[in-house]
Amino acid sequence: MNAALIPTVEVSEDFRTRAHQALGDAQLRNNFRNAMDSLMSKRAASFSDAHEREHLRALGNAVRARALSKLPDLLEQLEANLTRNGVTVHWAETVEEANAIVLSIIRRREATQVIKGKSMVSEEMEMNHVLAAQGIECLESDMGEFIVQLDHEKPSHIIMPAIHKNASQVASLFHEKLGVEYTKDVDQLIQIGRRVLREKFFEADIGVSGVNFAVAETGTLLLVENEGNGRMSTTVPPVHIAVTGIEKVVENLRDVVPLLSLLTRSALGQPITTYVNMISGPRKADELDGPEEVHLVLLDNGRSQAFADSELRQTLNCIRCGACMNHCPVYTRIGGHTYGEVYPGPIGKIITPHMVGLAKVPDHPSASSLCGACGEVCPVKIPIPALLRRLREENVKAPDSPHPVMRGQGSKYSRQERFIWNAWAKLHSSPTLYRLFTFAATRLRALVPNNVGPWTQNHSAPKPAARSLHDLAREHLAKQGAR
Amino acid sequence: MSAKQNILGKLRHSLTGTTPVPDNFDEALVTQIYTYPPEQRIAQLRKLMEAVHTEIHLTRGAEWPALLAQLLQKRELPSLLIAPTTEHGRRITEHWSNHPQLPQLKAYDRPVEEWKAELFNDTPASLTTTLGAIAATGSLILWPTREEPRLMSLVPPVHFALLKASEIYDNFYQVQQQFAWAQGMPTNALLVSGPSKTADIEQVLAYGAHGPKDLVVLILEDQ
Repeated sequence: MNAALIPTVEVSEDFRTRAHQALGDAQLRNNFRNAMDSLMSKRAASFSDAHEREHLRALGNAVRARALSKLPDLLEQLEANLTRNGVTVHWAETVEEANAIVLSIIRRREATQVIKGKSMVSEEMEMNHVLAAQGIECLESDMGEFIVQLDHEKPSHIIMPAIHKNASQVASLFHEKLGVEYTKDVDQLIQIGRRVLREKFFEADIGVSGVNFAVAETGTLLLVENEGNGRMSTTVPPVHIAVTGIEKVVENLRDVVPLLSLLTRSALGQPITTYVNMISGPRKADELDGPEEVHLVLLDNGRSQAFADSELRQTLNCIRCGACMNHCPVYTRIGGHTYGEVYPGPIGKIITPHMVGLAKVPDHPSASSLCGACGEVCPVKIPIPALLRRLREENVKAPDSPHPVMRGQGSKYSRQERFIWNAWAKLHSSPTLYRLFTFAATRLRALVPNNVGPWTQNHSAPKPAARSLHDLAREHLAKQGAR
Repeated sequence: MSAKQNILGKLRHSLTGTTPVPDNFDEALVTQIYTYPPEQRIAQLRKLMEAVHTEIHLTRGAEWPALLAQLLQKRELPSLLIAPTTEHGRRITEHWSNHPQLPQLKAYDRPVEEWKAELFNDTPASLTTTLGAIAATGSLILWPTREEPRLMSLVPPVHFALLKASEIYDNFYQVQQQFAWAQGMPTNALLVSGPSKTADIEQVLAYGAHGPKDLVVLILEDQ
């Protein structure tokens, strides 16, 4: 596979158009429905004791809140301990800076082949694309990520990247791109992936991974996975580069005990993943394997903006389990690609605006029925529905409002809409005006048009009742008095 | 200003006037329901590990080399990778020297760069010890060392692991506390809870993704 042959498809059009297309794709909806149903029931089964679940969620929330409440100190402690262990720590404010750091390591090592474990932060950086442009092959090794990369796509779920495809679609893809015999047998398909990727692990000059938890106290990078590709990527190549967001740090090693349990049960319904890989340093002088160099790139990319507001800061509690998307009625129907950004679903809707600016994703906060399922299942108790409402407010703030809290805020501000709401507020706070309004609305009800913009696309037009509730209540009370 | 200074500066500014959240870690939440009577630990571990296709054999200190030899022959494995300078490595070598017909022994005794191709292409099985296991999650604890390096438990398609029954602990929290992990971690520490697996295609569980296809645990009941 040539690096130049792996560009990714840019998703064009806007959110609404993509949502309409996705809703019309029966195969896609079916694939997501089946997968989400299964993930929801697995999670429910693994948290059979509701009492334990709720206490554990509270502890998970407390651990994350404590870490964020001393984040700058913990980051410095993490850096000091990792450095003491022989790991090189890099800091990047933007994805461009992060890519430049990775590229400089690759150049210094004169590397041409990079193998990647699963890392959502590297997706933020569009690392595959950036490296391909420099003639460096960057191959995904997680089975799901490998499949989507092969089809020039992006992941549609943060835990199950290829969940939008069924086995027949993967079978055709492997047959077409890898030249293997067509088979729908999942075991055989996985063995094909194993064979191709083993060769790549063997050849790779650099391994890239994400981080699930970075432990400040010990200087340890903790990675969870089932496949073994994370261990391969971080152990076989001579250089390991871990990329992670600045929020991933926890204070103590013991803090990972509840978070690990919450993560694997919320994500997959498993008591633990096959591998929990704790990396505290590169190969020591007398050791026989392991990478000679280990690097950690700490990326901000908008996180410090979310951090600046004590309500929005809760967004950074996230441990990336994906339970919110599994339980989201909107995500299940439109799928991950519709969101058009790295993080789909409820968590995507609250984190993406900080990364790319609210103006680039103006429909994100409102693509929700606010049913509350995401907040209910979140293992670290992020109040996602409340944060969505908050972002809706930021989205319609006047552009010149003082103390801006986020990039791109006010992108949906409309003078007309603001005027209507102001009028509405006046109407409802003045008894005289309100009476006048209901008098007019009930008398002129026949004048409401049958076509009221987007509302009447899916609903019948709203007609005011013949008599107002006040009116009916007055009459009712008068009758009772007379009795 | 460096990126580090900028990031830390912004974070510190945002925390101005706040106090850190107190540490009220309630250890009972991660230990109480994950504590087992000693006689149930093996059963609990077995239940979880077998649920994810781990093969488990109960044996004894004097008998395990013979059992291992038998398992290798049953699977028709031509060779076994061992850590020659460890105690269990020596036991194997000794047993093998008395039984000349057994599969070939390979020693991981040189840097991986010197024999990487052989490790990847011609090393079907390995034996490692464990630091113990965790009953609550069905996990083996591995701390690879110079003598028994990291890739031994990862690259060969069949991984045999020795586990002393007395070293099966209740839960991860207990292990961290009892052995003061926070005081010093090795370059790489692992929890391994079965053979490698994936459900990335249509949620169908398949074993043998990138790591070992088979994990075989020999529990030494008398140790």
